[in-house]
Amino acid sequence: MDIENFLARDQQKQLLRFSTAGSVDDGKSTLIGRLLYDSKALFEDHLAAVRRSPVNRASGPIDFSLITDGLKAEREQGITIDVAYRYFSTPTRKFIIADTPGHEQYTRNMATGASTADLAVILIDARNGVLAQSCRHAYIAALLGIRHIAVAVNKMDLQGYAQEVFERIRTEFAGFLERIGVREAVFIPMSALEGDNVVQRSTRMPWYAGPSLLEYLETVPLEPVTEGAGLRFAVQYVLRPGQTFRGYAGQVLSGSLRPGDEVLALPSGRTSRVKQIVTYDGNLDEAAPPMSIAVCLEDEIDVSRGDMLVPPAQLPHVSRRFEASLVWMHSDPLAPGRAYLLKHTTQQVTATIRRVVHRVEVDTLEKIASDRLELNQIGAVEVETNRPVFFDPYRDCRATGAFILIDPLSNATVAAGMIAERPRQQARPALDELRGIEFKASRVTPAERFARAGHFPAVVWLTARRELAYQVEARLFAEGCQVHVLSEDVESQIVPELAQLLSEAGLIAIVSTTSFDAEGRAHTRELVGAERFVEFPPRALPASDERAAALVRDELERRGIIRGSGRLMEGEGI
Amino acid sequence: MNTRLSHLRALEAESIHIIREVAAEFARPVMLYSIGKDSSVMLRLAQKAFYPGRIPFPLLHVDTSYKFPEMIEFRDSYPRQIGAELIVHSNREALAAGANPFRLGTQKCCALLKTKALLDALAAGRFDAAFGGARRDEEKSRAKERIFSFRDSLGQWDPKNQRPELWNLYNGRVDPGESIRVFPLSNWTELDVWHYIHVENIPIVPLYYARPRPMVVRGDLLIPAGNGFPLLPGEQPQPVMSRMRSLGCTYCTGAIRSEADTVPKIIAELIGFRRSERENRVIDHDQEGSMEAKKREGYF
Repeated sequence: MDIENFLARDQQKQLLRFSTAGSVDDGKSTLIGRLLYDSKALFEDHLAAVRRSPVNRASGPIDFSLITDGLKAEREQGITIDVAYRYFSTPTRKFIIADTPGHEQYTRNMATGASTADLAVILIDARNGVLAQSCRHAYIAALLGIRHIAVAVNKMDLQGYAQEVFERIRTEFAGFLERIGVREAVFIPMSALEGDNVVQRSTRMPWYAGPSLLEYLETVPLEPVTEGAGLRFAVQYVLRPGQTFRGYAGQVLSGSLRPGDEVLALPSGRTSRVKQIVTYDGNLDEAAPPMSIAVCLEDEIDVSRGDMLVPPAQLPHVSRRFEASLVWMHSDPLAPGRAYLLKHTTQQVTATIRRVVHRVEVDTLEKIASDRLELNQIGAVEVETNRPVFFDPYRDCRATGAFILIDPLSNATVAAGMIAERPRQQARPALDELRGIEFKASRVTPAERFARAGHFPAVVWLTARRELAYQVEARLFAEGCQVHVLSEDVESQIVPELAQLLSEAGLIAIVSTTSFDAEGRAHTRELVGAERFVEFPPRALPASDERAAALVRDELERRGIIRGSGRLMEGEGI
Repeated sequence: MNTRLSHLRALEAESIHIIREVAAEFARPVMLYSIGKDSSVMLRLAQKAFYPGRIPFPLLHVDTSYKFPEMIEFRDSYPRQIGAELIVHSNREALAAGANPFRLGTQKCCALLKTKALLDALAAGRFDAAFGGARRDEEKSRAKERIFSFRDSLGQWDPKNQRPELWNLYNGRVDPGESIRVFPLSNWTELDVWHYIHVENIPIVPLYYARPRPMVVRGDLLIPAGNGFPLLPGEQPQPVMSRMRSLGCTYCTGAIRSEADTVPKIIAELIGFRRSERENRVIDHDQEGSMEAKKREGYF
């Protein structure tokens, strides 16, 4: 064989990560052993060691399951108790298997294996049909964002390779997969022990025309990892080798990045342009996930670890509160109100679980009211953090929607979380808390308020310009205005109501939001009225906060909300 | 960019991410440097992670004093050449007491000259994170190793009580005295390592390349002659075209017959005969699960 040729081809191979899940007796270890063996990946001496082993559960010459069971304790008990990673490759792809245990108490391992997988292989024993565990595996795979599922209906040899057995299982399980939102599933009848439809297509099931498992793994289309969220670049480390170089090291999590692109840094809200994308192998014209790069910006803006570079027109959510699905992974149950450490992208914040919304009974998908989560339970919770985090719903972007919780005392990883979509329009309990402070019963008229203040009330909406917001406030205050900033720390769900309240009180409210929140902005405009709502198209304001503040002020004057500063100085106002 | 990165570039990006996380989150990281091919790859990845800056942590070599002279020569030149700081540590006490594998057996020898020396060096440097070049595909007990692997204050690993590791969110929290072993090459295979050395042109110790070398031929084993290796009656070193598949101590690293004198030829050989690289390591064969037992005690 021409080795240079081989290497050139091998270099172009893609990587597919998949997880496997199955019960102790589903024959999962046998399947993986067979996959490794038949794809010629097994080293001869590993095989020899297996042949020598005193425990050999299989009747045949080779017990494939022993190849994958790693730890001594497991070998003695005959069960797989932790995630094991296996590697093999074929001429077209390179594979990483996260082999996860199927036993009920080890849900956490299944979630672990699924978290990095593109695809899940779920094993069903043809003799037993669909079990609660099969559903649990599929549910966890879907929850962790796996888009492709291969259902291996195994041990067909023990069912006489009968088509109706396979069809019965397929009909039943396809129904379940549909209920949990899995769109891409293939079903493969199989005997891992005999090798039917694992690597080679079986001749014993002529009624099945689909691919073998390996054929499917080699051909399933892999989406580019550029996810739907736009650029997300979390700064890991600041490189400052000398006085002149300042690079932000990190991995592109989503979207893409080119020199010249405008980026906004969170949480500061400052914008700049990408000067260069630096790597050891030379500067790049473009970077995409999952590249690890260093980014240099045109301007000296303060960026440190945990900050995120994003496109100004595609901001993530920025909030201290969000709802998430949680997989609880520790024997100490979740304690609402307790402080945990939350690690999200390259940020670490303190977090409390305000409330458990419900627990999900995975076998039935039933949502059960609960005030706690125990080991291996899954539920929906409300999270509150001490500092805002920058996120996308997990469904849109795994990298910016995922987090782990760490117990600050034991340092144990206690939970894995996936941030949910923002349910703005449904429950808005915060509004109840604002009841009674509106101005409906007030005897002071808006005209009287205007006369006292010397200006009309207004709401100024600024996106991702925190420093600017405070400069505008200072400037207007110096001119005698009554003015107040609603900062990004205010819970974004009640911003429209608070802005309305301030404007009814006669104030100029400056909303400083880090989130590109079209819905909140529209709602606020509706509440305060378009004539009192002042906003600026993206990039309409100069990068300099001072010049931008002057421009905002002039716009307020042009709209007749405040009077010209000259006239105020002459004492004609108020 | 609508295509995925190739598997090598994807592995590279993941490893660089891991190395940077450690540099950002730990007070005193150190990179275990064994001089072998995996260390060479790890070192290149560290260079890439901090380019154009220098590697912000030292390298540590645990010297058993039984390493090949070619390894020591390489160790003393290459890291310096790329501007990395190198610490060398030995268990002098044990060496002075005459520790060697013939007298003590390989298990006890390793325990003293590798495991104990390593733990002492980590404690002396108050290192809270130590990178190792181990890969999950090397050996069964390593298949379940975490990328961030927690060690208690005695440097011990508890395989039953590992922190779950999801996505690329690594939990590096430790209390004083505890530490994390970090394996940036976890997801690399032996073939990936060689392939990367090839495409990146990474310098490696010449012992990996086939050359006629004086060998003691004992059964299936080829043992490098010299270095004080005691011969059995009637044994005579003879020149054999051979190379090392992995580098350890002189007594415990067997050579293989090979004609592979370039990296592509090594890869061709690797694909051709499919035998696990640790096979020639005497220590793994001591007893069933011996690597796992060593790891529990603190061996890498």
